[in-house]
Parts: sequence; structure tokens; C-alpha cells
Amino acid sequence: MLLEVRDLHVEFRTRDGIANAVNGVSYTVDEGETLAVLGESGSGKSVTAQAIMGILDIPPGKITGGEILFQGTDLLKLKEDGRRKIRGAKMAMIFQDALSSLNPVLSVGAQIGELFTVHKGMSRKDAKAKAVELMDRVRIPAAKERVGQYPHQFSGGMRQRIMIAMALALEPDLIIADEPTTALDVTVQAQVMELLAELQRELRMGLILITHDLGVVADVADKIAVMYAGRIVETAPVHEIYKAPAHPYTKGLLESIPRLDQKGQELYAIKGLPPNLMHIPPGCAFNPRCPMAQDVCRADVPPLFEVSPTRRSACYFWKETLDG
Amino acid sequence: MADLAKEAHAAAPVPAGEPILEVSGLVKHYPLTQGILFKKQVGAVKAVDGVDFVLGQGETLGIVGESGCGKSTVARMLVNLERPTAGQIKYRGEDITKLSGRALKAVRRNIQMVFQDPYTSLNPRMTVGDIIGEPYEIHPEVAPKGDRRRKVQDLLDVVGLNPEYINRYPHQFSGGQRQRIGIARGLALRPEIIVADEPVSALDVSVQAQVINLLDSLQNEFDLSYVFIAHDLSIVRHISDRVGVMYLGRIVEIGTDEQIYEHPTHPYTQALLSAVPVPDPEARDHRERIILTGDVPSPANIPSGCRFRTRCWKAQERCALEVPALAVPAVFRIGDTPAKHDSACHFAEEKRVVPTE
Repeated sequence: MLLEVRDLHVEFRTRDGIANAVNGVSYTVDEGETLAVLGESGSGKSVTAQAIMGILDIPPGKITGGEILFQGTDLLKLKEDGRRKIRGAKMAMIFQDALSSLNPVLSVGAQIGELFTVHKGMSRKDAKAKAVELMDRVRIPAAKERVGQYPHQFSGGMRQRIMIAMALALEPDLIIADEPTTALDVTVQAQVMELLAELQRELRMGLILITHDLGVVADVADKIAVMYAGRIVETAPVHEIYKAPAHPYTKGLLESIPRLDQKGQELYAIKGLPPNLMHIPPGCAFNPRCPMAQDVCRADVPPLFEVSPTRRSACYFWKETLDG
Repeated sequence: MADLAKEAHAAAPVPAGEPILEVSGLVKHYPLTQGILFKKQVGAVKAVDGVDFVLGQGETLGIVGESGCGKSTVARMLVNLERPTAGQIKYRGEDITKLSGRALKAVRRNIQMVFQDPYTSLNPRMTVGDIIGEPYEIHPEVAPKGDRRRKVQDLLDVVGLNPEYINRYPHQFSGGQRQRIGIARGLALRPEIIVADEPVSALDVSVQAQVINLLDSLQNEFDLSYVFIAHDLSIVRHISDRVGVMYLGRIVEIGTDEQIYEHPTHPYTQALLSAVPVPDPEARDHRERIILTGDVPSPANIPSGCRFRTRCWKAQERCALEVPALAVPAVFRIGDTPAKHDSACHFAEEKRVVPTE
């Protein structure tokens, strides 16, 4: 097991009260495996990733419970300098917005090269050569000439490639990609996702893909964890979940995608709004929006029921959901 | 709500299907200048470079394209937020680009816009009632002062918000609710045409469907014609009667939704459709993907001839020399095939890229 997150809890202390962003999340990622974490804004998918990377803003954030086992070590027990050795070298992150994640006043070559001078103690000249090699690898044309250019001189898709080059630089075992293609156009998104999938296969890295796009997930993921209000509501291998979701929220998401045979009809829409994280409804957090909600859903938080050896659903009525 | 729908438009209705908006040769160039004191024009960003289309009464025309293709600039010109460099926008047969003063104001009442970002398009210091009622300040003939509050509450009801929220501020609403406020503002003057520029792009998936359904039901209730601009191809297909595909300032292909999605003939449309991820893991292995190389060229430096040729796998010498016209390609002119629709390509051929269900 490459990574195992166990019962993670994260909260944010704000002026208005405590926001419970992550409320007991567990998932695992194997070598060479792609886990897609699917959820809407505020579902806690990015906060979980930040906790794994150790880049959560503390305060206002606070990890109040759980373990993050990476290659057997609990990252939450490590000191900051121990984590720094892992971050970048063993696990790396690709962010959504490449323009604001890159330093505008440093050339891209210097930013990629910095990883080698800091982690590997290379000279600046060698690091620059490495940067050119990596830019070639992520297929940036004329890498040799462009290594001295600045982020604003690259297009959105090219900037995202530079982010990927930086993430791959030290050949990490785990990559966390937080909405890596959300800011890109579809034709460029296709290029970037293909590149990422190819490099992942080649280097046998674990990949956590955080996204809200059900299409991207279907294209690349091995398994899926669906998050809602800081909890995982369903996990399953990718093929099974699209065929027959076992949680009403997943089902609603899948049904709200416009389909050909529904042209001219009303789209299925999940009613209501995602909950405020300061006042998560008691019981199942989805119950006010759920068409199947009963008294038990309003009273007790549903545990993750075992649907099959590889599937879990946090719904008291997963059988009914699965059947119809 | 019922009497709101019954209120007549400003002018006599256009029969269903007749053109209400005709756009021809629409151009918007932004000059690039050099020098501080004596500004010398050294070029132009050709954001929109010759766009033609017709919008029928009661119809929804979808416009798709990637960022920088000029689709939003077209929208802004339709509602007169930008003045075109050249070309005509005929509303009910009258060219509105030439109008000014009172005549322009009267026309603007009938063409309203819904913006993309519900977080920045609502003034945070105004209450919802003031935001939705502001159009009445500019066009007082639509609603006398004493009547406005009731009208705003009716509008809130129409878009599915509680009319009691009239005194709240935008920050008290979620993204989807804010977009409903934006839609209510767009409806306030009872326009005939609504130009919606990426109205659901900023919203969560579960909320997108709610807003799309709202737009759909309002169209029937208020007899609206929509220009619906978006980059999400599946949503555009769901809501549109006809679809135009834009690339670098021009429409490269236009037709009914079936013609564009099932029988695309322009290579760019085919690449765009094939790049859209399909929410079905079974399709992963047996679908053909056209992955384009490179990026969209800069609109300040548009390639000669066909503007798509630098990324096109079919490009030949002719493409660099001759600008392909947006017309039914010669090969499809005879007979009655769904491929018979306007496509600006010298080598147009049919290729099915969307998997059948």
C-alpha cells in the first residue's frame, strides 16, 4: 500500500465558528493506481489533499484526528523537516491554476531546476540541463530555447505542462493532481490528461485525481471516492459506479448529466444546495436533498456499508439505490 | 407570476421561427498601439473577424468554442456593450449598430444579458431588490415607481427564489441562487432576446441542472429567444436548437444540433467533440480521439487562408492560400443528407466522433 488515509478529520476555526471540512475520510492508493476523488466545492476533497501534502494552512486549519500512512510512516507524526524531505521528492502536487502557482519573476527553467539544487544538491548548470530534459519529456516544443522564458510567455496548456514537469522532476511515488485541467479548454485538456496518464504508467506512480468532472473520471480513473460534506459517501471501481451507483448523491450527479435521449426534457436536478460546513445536518449530511430520506437518515450518521468486497456506500438504503 | 408572463413585449410579436436577429459580417478589432505620445497602430487583435448568423424567434442558438475564440465578444456586441468595428446586427430588420440615443435605448430593452460569474456581476452593496429593480430606473416606462417592488417580488418568484429575500444582499446567497438573481435582472424589462454568456460554468454540477431547467422553462413561459454561449458541449446540445462552432474569431460550422453533433464535417468540430470526456468508462477503450497538436494561434497574428490549418491534420497548400467560405461544402450540395450544412472547410467530410448510445 502506497498511501493510506485513516479517519482524517480537519476543521477550520473562523470568526463565525468552526467549519468541519473533513469528517472522517479514509482511502487508499496503490502503486500505479489512479484514485479519482469526486466532489463539489466544499466537499473537502482539496483539504484532504492538502493535509496529505502537508500544505494545509494551520491555523486556521487544524487536523483533529486520523492518520496518513505513506509507505508505512504516519506523516502526521513527522516534524516539518521530515515532511519537507518527502514533499516534492516522494510526493508531488499539481495545482489547478498554473499561472498563480508559478513564480512570475523566475524563469521556468530556474523553477524546475530549483528542485534539483535543493533536493539533490546539483549545480545550477546541471539543474538547468535537467530542466530542459524534463520540458522535453512533457513535450514543450523548443525546450532548449524556452527554458529561460517566464510563465507569462507560455499558454495555459504549456504552463500546466510545466507544472507536471515540476511534479515529476524527482520521480515521486505519488502525485496529487487537484483539478489539473479545470482551467483548460477541452482540446488542451485532452492533451494534458493523455500526457499525465502516459507518464504515470511509465513511472508507475500512484495518482490522486481531484475533480468534479464525471467525464474526466470515467476516462482515467481505476477507482473513485465520492465526497460530500467532508465525508466519503461511496467508493467503488470506476466501471461499477457508472453502471449502478449505490448512493443517491452519486446517482443524482450521474443523472444530472445531459444525455442524448433526454433532449427537450427537463434535466434531473438534485434539489437544494450543498450544506454549510458550519451547520452540517444531523444524520446523513445529504438527507435534506435526498429523495429516499427516512427518519433513520435524519437521526444517525450512516457508516460505510460493504456493498461488495471492493465497494462501500454510506447509505442506509444502498440496496434500494443499487436496484433502481 | 401568471400576469407577469401575460404582459406584452414592447412591440408586436415576431411570428415563431422568423428571424428576430440577423448578424452579418460582424467584426471587432482591438488596435495594438506603440509609443506613448504619438500612438501608432502596429496591428490589431482580431477578436471577432467576420461572424454571420440568424436567430429565429423562440429559438436557442448555442455558440461553442474555446477561450479566446471571440464568443464572449460577440455576446457583448449583441447587447451593445461593445461597438463593432464593422458589420451589422439587425434586430427586427433594423441595424442596431447605427442607432444612438433614444432609439438605441429602446432596442437595448429588448436584448438583455445574463453574465457568467454570479460572484462579480452583482453589486455587493446593493440589495437584491435594488439589483433586479435597477433596469426600471433606466426604463421607467416599463414599471411605474409604486409598482416596482411587487414586480421584483414576482420576478424572484419566477426564478424560484423566496420573494421575501428582496432586502438581502448578494453575499447571503449561494452561487446558483446568485445566478437566479442575474436571470431575474435579465428578465425585468421583459426582453425578447436573452444573451447568456456561460451562465452555468461557474456553478457546481448538481446546481447546473437546476439553472438549465429554469432557463428552459422561462423560454416557454416568456416566449424568449436565446443566444447561449458556453464551452460545455453537452449542455449546449441539451438546450440548443442550432449550434455554431467558433474558432479564432469566426464561425467554422453551424447547423442544427443533430447536424453538428452527429454529422460534423469540419475538422475542428470533430476534434472538439472527440476531446470531450464521455462520462462512461466503457467508452474508454473503443473511442477514437483526435488530439490536436499545439495551441490556438494569437488573434493578433491569424494564419493566412484557413485559420485552423496550423493545427489541422488535413491541411494542404490550398488551405494556406484560400480562405474557406462558410457555406454548404460542394460535396454535400446534392441530395439531402444531414451533412448538408454550413462548414468552412475545403476538405469537409463527415466523420462521426460522438459514440452512439
